[in-house]
Amino acid sequence: MDGIDFSIRAGECFGFLGPNGAGKTSTVKMIHCFAPVTAGDLRVFGLDVREHPREIKVRIGVCQQEDTLDPDFSVHKNLLVFARYFGIPAREAEARAQELLEFMGLWERRKDGIRQLSGGLKRRLVIARALVNRPDLLILDEPTTGLDPQSRHQVWDRVRSLRKQGKTILLTTHYMDEAQTLCDRLVIMDHGKILVEGPPADLVRSRVGKDVIEIWGYPPALVERARQSGWTFETDSDRLFIYTDAGDEVFSAIHGRYPMERCTVRTAGLEDLFLRLTGRELRE
Amino acid sequence: MSGLVRNISLRSLRVWQRNRDVYFVTWKTNLVPPLLEPILYLLAFGAGIGALVKEVRYEGAPIGYTAFIAPGLLATQVMFQSFFENTYNTFVRMYYQRTFDAIVTTPLTLEDVMAGELLWGATKGTIGCTIMMAAISAFGLIRYPKALVIVPFSFLAGLFFAGLALCFTGLVPQIDVFNFPIFLFVMPMFLFSGTFFPLEVLPVWAQRLAWALPLTHVTRVMREACLGRLPADLGWDLLYLALATVPVNLLGIHLMRKRLVK
Repeated sequence: MDGIDFSIRAGECFGFLGPNGAGKTSTVKMIHCFAPVTAGDLRVFGLDVREHPREIKVRIGVCQQEDTLDPDFSVHKNLLVFARYFGIPAREAEARAQELLEFMGLWERRKDGIRQLSGGLKRRLVIARALVNRPDLLILDEPTTGLDPQSRHQVWDRVRSLRKQGKTILLTTHYMDEAQTLCDRLVIMDHGKILVEGPPADLVRSRVGKDVIEIWGYPPALVERARQSGWTFETDSDRLFIYTDAGDEVFSAIHGRYPMERCTVRTAGLEDLFLRLTGRELRE
Repeated sequence: MSGLVRNISLRSLRVWQRNRDVYFVTWKTNLVPPLLEPILYLLAFGAGIGALVKEVRYEGAPIGYTAFIAPGLLATQVMFQSFFENTYNTFVRMYYQRTFDAIVTTPLTLEDVMAGELLWGATKGTIGCTIMMAAISAFGLIRYPKALVIVPFSFLAGLFFAGLALCFTGLVPQIDVFNFPIFLFVMPMFLFSGTFFPLEVLPVWAQRLAWALPLTHVTRVMREACLGRLPADLGWDLLYLALATVPVNLLGIHLMRKRLVK
C-alpha cells in the first residue's frame, strides 16, 4: 500500500475496484486487523486497528475470496460453529442460522455437506456466515469471482437487499458491472495506490465524458483528425476510442467521411474509466 | 514473546471445540487406530518376539516382554497422535481448507487459533492413549488404580509433541516435507526411547543420548504407572517434560505467526 486515503460512510456500499494485484485484498486484510499496518493510521468504527482488533472484529463480517467453509460440517453446522467464535449462545445462534439460511435461500439445503454445494451456493453460505454476528460492516472480497451469471445475479440481489436494510458494505471487485450496480461510491486502485474516488456515474462523467465512439478498422487519417480536433482518444490493435460529451456531433463529423469497418456511439461506463486509468496491458 | 502470550485468551477453546466437533463427525475412522494398533503389536510381539524373548530385566527385576512393551505402546501412541494432529491435520486446516483464514476474521487472534490447535493436539494424544489403555487392559497388563495417572499425564506429554509438531508446521514448505522431522525425530524416538527394549542393554553413551529424548521420560512414567508404582523420582521426568513443553509450544505459535502473517 502506498499512501491510500479513504473513508467509508455508515449505510453505504463502498467499492474497491482494481486489477489483480492492485492491493484490494491487502487493504481488506488490514481492515479486518489481520495484515499489520506498518505505517499510517487505520480506524474502523473510530477504533485503531492496532489497539482494538477484537473490538473491531466482533462488529465486522468478512466474506473472503477463497472457499473457507468447513468441509466436514453441514451447511447448518457451519453457521453454528462460526457463531460460537463470536460467543453467541447456542439458542440464539440456532435462531440466527435459520433466519440467515432462509434469507440466502439455503434453508432447504441446510443438512447438505459442503462438498455437495455448487460454487454459487457456497458463496451464499459464506455471505450468510459473515452475517451471523449481525455486523455493522460487511466486507465482501470479490464475492462473485468464478460464479456463473445466474449465481452472480442472485448474490447481487441479496447484496442490494442488505444495502436497503441499511447495512454498511465494503466490496472489492474487478467486475465493472458489479461495481456499477452495487456501489454508492468507489475507489479505483492500482499498484497499491488510489487513482480516483467518488460515485461511479460522477467519476465516469468527469473523467471519461458522456459518450464513447468506438471505431473498428480505423484509417490513420482519422487518428490525425482526432489529434487536430483535440479529442480525447485512445487506440488498441484494431479500434479507435473517442471520449466526448458530444457523441452525436463527433459521430456525424466522421461517419461516412473516413473508410472504416464499423462505428458505434455508446454511453461511457465504468469499464472505460477503469481501462483509461489502469491501462490495457495484461496483469500477472 | 510477551505480545504473543497476551494474544492468547480463553477464546482458543472455541477452536478446540471446532476440532472436537469434526472428530465426532468422523469418529468411526478415528477409533480404529488406537483400538487395533496395540492389539496387533501385542499379538505380533507377544506371540512372535515374545516366544523368543519371554522376559527382560527392567530396573533389576524380570518382567514379561509384553508387559514391558505395553507402556511403550501407550507412550508412542501419545507421540504419534499429537504429532500427526499438529503436523498433517493442522497443515490441511491451514493450507487446504483455509480454516484459520476464516477464524481470524472473528474476535479470535491467530495466537488463540494456534493455542486451540495445540490443546486439541494434546487432547488427541489423551484420547488415543485412553482408548489404547482400555484395549491393553483386556490383556491384563495394567495395574489399576495407580495407572489412571496416565490419563492426565498423557495430556502433558501430548502437549509437548503438539508443540514440537507446530514448530515444523510453521517451517515446512509443503506437506510432504514432514517426512524429514518424522524420520529424523519421531521414528528414532519411537525405536530408541526404552519402548521395545530396556535402555540398559545399550552402551553408556547411547543410554545418555536416549535420556535426552523426551519420549524416554514419557515411557518411563507410563511404565512405572502401568506396573502400579509411582516412585518420587518420576518428578524429574515430569520436570524435564514441563520445561521442554513451554518453549516448544511458544516457538510453535511464533513460527506459525511468522508463516501466516505477511
